[in-house]
Amino acid sequence: MKTDIVLCGVGGQGVLSVAAIVAAAALRQGLHVKQGEVHGMSQRGGAVQAGLRISSGVIYSDLIPEGGGDLILSLEPVEALRYLHLLGPEGQVMAAAEPFENIPDYPDLESIHARIRALPGGHLVEAERLAKEAHNPRASNVVMIGAATPWLRIEPALLEAEIRSHFARKGERVVETCLKAFQLGRAASGIVVA
Amino acid sequence: MTALSPEVSSGQMLLGDEALAFGAIDAGISAAYAYPGTPSTEITETLIAEAERTGAFHASWCANEKTAFEAALGVSMVGGRALVSMKHVGLNVAMDPFMNAVLTGLHGGVVLAVADDPGMHSSQNEQDSRGLAEFARTICLEPATQQEAYEMAREAFELSERFKLPVVLRLVTRLCHGRAAVLRRAPRAPNATRPQRGLLPHPNGHDSLRSHAPRQSAALPVSFGSTPPENQRWARRFSGVVEQRDPKSWILLPANARRLWREVLAQEPEVLHWSGTSGFNQLHLGDDDRGLGVITTGTARNHYFENLVDLGFTPSHLHLGAYPFPAELVRSLAAKVDRLLVLEEGQPLVETRLRGLLTPSLTILGKLPGQTPDGTPLDPVLSFDGELTPGTVRQALGLAPLPTTDPAKAGALPMRPPQLCQGCPHRDAYAALGELRAKHPDLVVAGDIGCYTLGALPPYQGLDSCVCMGASVGMAKGAADAGAEHVIAVIGDSTFLHSGVTPLMDAVAADTPMTLLVLDNQTVAMTGTQPTVLSDTRFGPIITGLGVAPEHCHVVTAHPKLQHEIALLIEREVEHRGISVIVVQRECIVAAQKHKSERKAASQDHPEDQR
Repeated sequence: MKTDIVLCGVGGQGVLSVAAIVAAAALRQGLHVKQGEVHGMSQRGGAVQAGLRISSGVIYSDLIPEGGGDLILSLEPVEALRYLHLLGPEGQVMAAAEPFENIPDYPDLESIHARIRALPGGHLVEAERLAKEAHNPRASNVVMIGAATPWLRIEPALLEAEIRSHFARKGERVVETCLKAFQLGRAASGIVVA
Repeated sequence: MTALSPEVSSGQMLLGDEALAFGAIDAGISAAYAYPGTPSTEITETLIAEAERTGAFHASWCANEKTAFEAALGVSMVGGRALVSMKHVGLNVAMDPFMNAVLTGLHGGVVLAVADDPGMHSSQNEQDSRGLAEFARTICLEPATQQEAYEMAREAFELSERFKLPVVLRLVTRLCHGRAAVLRRAPRAPNATRPQRGLLPHPNGHDSLRSHAPRQSAALPVSFGSTPPENQRWARRFSGVVEQRDPKSWILLPANARRLWREVLAQEPEVLHWSGTSGFNQLHLGDDDRGLGVITTGTARNHYFENLVDLGFTPSHLHLGAYPFPAELVRSLAAKVDRLLVLEEGQPLVETRLRGLLTPSLTILGKLPGQTPDGTPLDPVLSFDGELTPGTVRQALGLAPLPTTDPAKAGALPMRPPQLCQGCPHRDAYAALGELRAKHPDLVVAGDIGCYTLGALPPYQGLDSCVCMGASVGMAKGAADAGAEHVIAVIGDSTFLHSGVTPLMDAVAADTPMTLLVLDNQTVAMTGTQPTVLSDTRFGPIITGLGVAPEHCHVVTAHPKLQHEIALLIEREVEHRGISVIVVQRECIVAAQKHKSERKAASQDHPEDQR
């Protein structure tokens, strides 16, 4: 089995942290992982996309094939729609609902939300609201990991362990609020996978 | 899901850049040098961090790629192994030492890691460094995976010392910035260098935060326990090498250089024999290839394997990871098939060779137009520009595209190009420059390479050019020489040190009526806030030392409140009929935040410092 995840958002939103946490948890589960990152000019407030490929077998390309994507995990609603060509017909789109408006021509948010909801696998999560509820406004990206858990096919306990270790440097309070953000994200996806 | 084999699960998840760096460390380098450049930067970031941690070798940023390469040659001259890293366009800057290093008959191995950027994710062109390796008549290795980046880095040093050539390791963005599990092997001890003085300590520059890092004594050689056999061979050969070797091999006077060049050429059959038998080049002739042969190079192999399962048969396959071009292997493949598909990241260098090499009875498919044996014209099956993807390779193999979610469902989306950060000091400089442009529509503003190039985009649209490192200064001079009245060059602090000082000499010598704006954010921001090679406190002495009159050399602080004042100062100096320089100064907002959190972490780690 394999899970190809298109991680996207705006430079500075924490896309690479999501990639690092999920990749580490997948490795702990004994899976093959390839992780593409974005460095340099595109990091400066522009659209960013990173591929995370997880598989029980050998992974060849560093890139997710066009149509090979199983999940788009986006920290921003407009960015969630930018990579549909990478997503398979059955693919899921899990997007944070709150916009990151750093461009003059940002579209009508209701229309963007409607387009995401209209996708067969489209889901919106109020990541910023839930992050604030977890007392860590910067943890929207961790909320989104939680919300995506049903499709990651990685043990939640392993994800929790990696969240703990990723943020350990920042102190116990940050770790606790991130774990809370993860739980709120899991609950918000509204989907229970046995 | 099933569990992995133990070696995969025990490997570290490394970027291709990091894997290469650890390969160089385990090959026993004495030193590593570089100028930061995406996608190569993380090689030297890793090496500097490891050098600070272990003290086993020297690693540092340099003023530019040329000075970095020359430092590596110095290491080699006294017997050590050196890695020099850069992005593809950096090699243009370092071409002079690179081309001539081929003749010197290196002592210690010199390996050039050069990271190409097909698709131009963060670059001004997509030149293919394999072509420059061939031009220099040296060996090039092209890893396909992060593990190969590690293995090839180690092997490159062996080859460099065996053939006395600077060996090129050609990387591409997706490998540099892709992570996969990598296994390290037992390290090899560094070469004994002469004189046995030991390494110079790693320079801390002006980054005093790093002074907490423990540093061991700097004596060489570092013991790694048992000495591997290749090192014993080398040690025997090396012993007293500076005295025993041809003392003229580093003195490239014409009389010596002619002889050395003949030696390089005479060695070529041996080098070609090596690449023809190297394990990095693999030929598999299939029983059921249906007349199709596929040649892959480097990472193109990954996209090919990605699609192979859907092909239904297995073409005969030649993978190239080592150059010079192994013509015999290609002939063996060509003799078996009637169609040959060439998949290579970058320019169609292998394909161009084939089109001259093989009989017209063979159909070649690739990035160039061709023809069938009966003369029917054939279009290219791959784009000449841009990077390969699993999808483009799939199409080239004649497979139908995978079905996707309909992209039209996204509707119209706005572009979101990169932009200057909120709070970036360059915003204040461009706002001031904008005032002046509104007043003087004839203003010519030559730009340069760095974060501040984003000032060319809306809302500022403050630049007329961006060509190569340092070009702003020389181009402004040329524009002024040609009669443009109001001329400005805009350059960043690190780019100024890299390539801006020498063209400023030209402008000072001619007292050219132009104004140089140094946008000084006190870091190499675009590549991730590396320290500049010299602190900006030296800019005043450097600029006035070159001969810019002190009354036309200014240092101002970038701040929204000072915008109008800065605009007036620039206007006054642009009107001045001679050379002037204005340094607009404030620390990069990203670097400032990073330094703040580093200080916070340091005070938590060392609470006693607070007393």
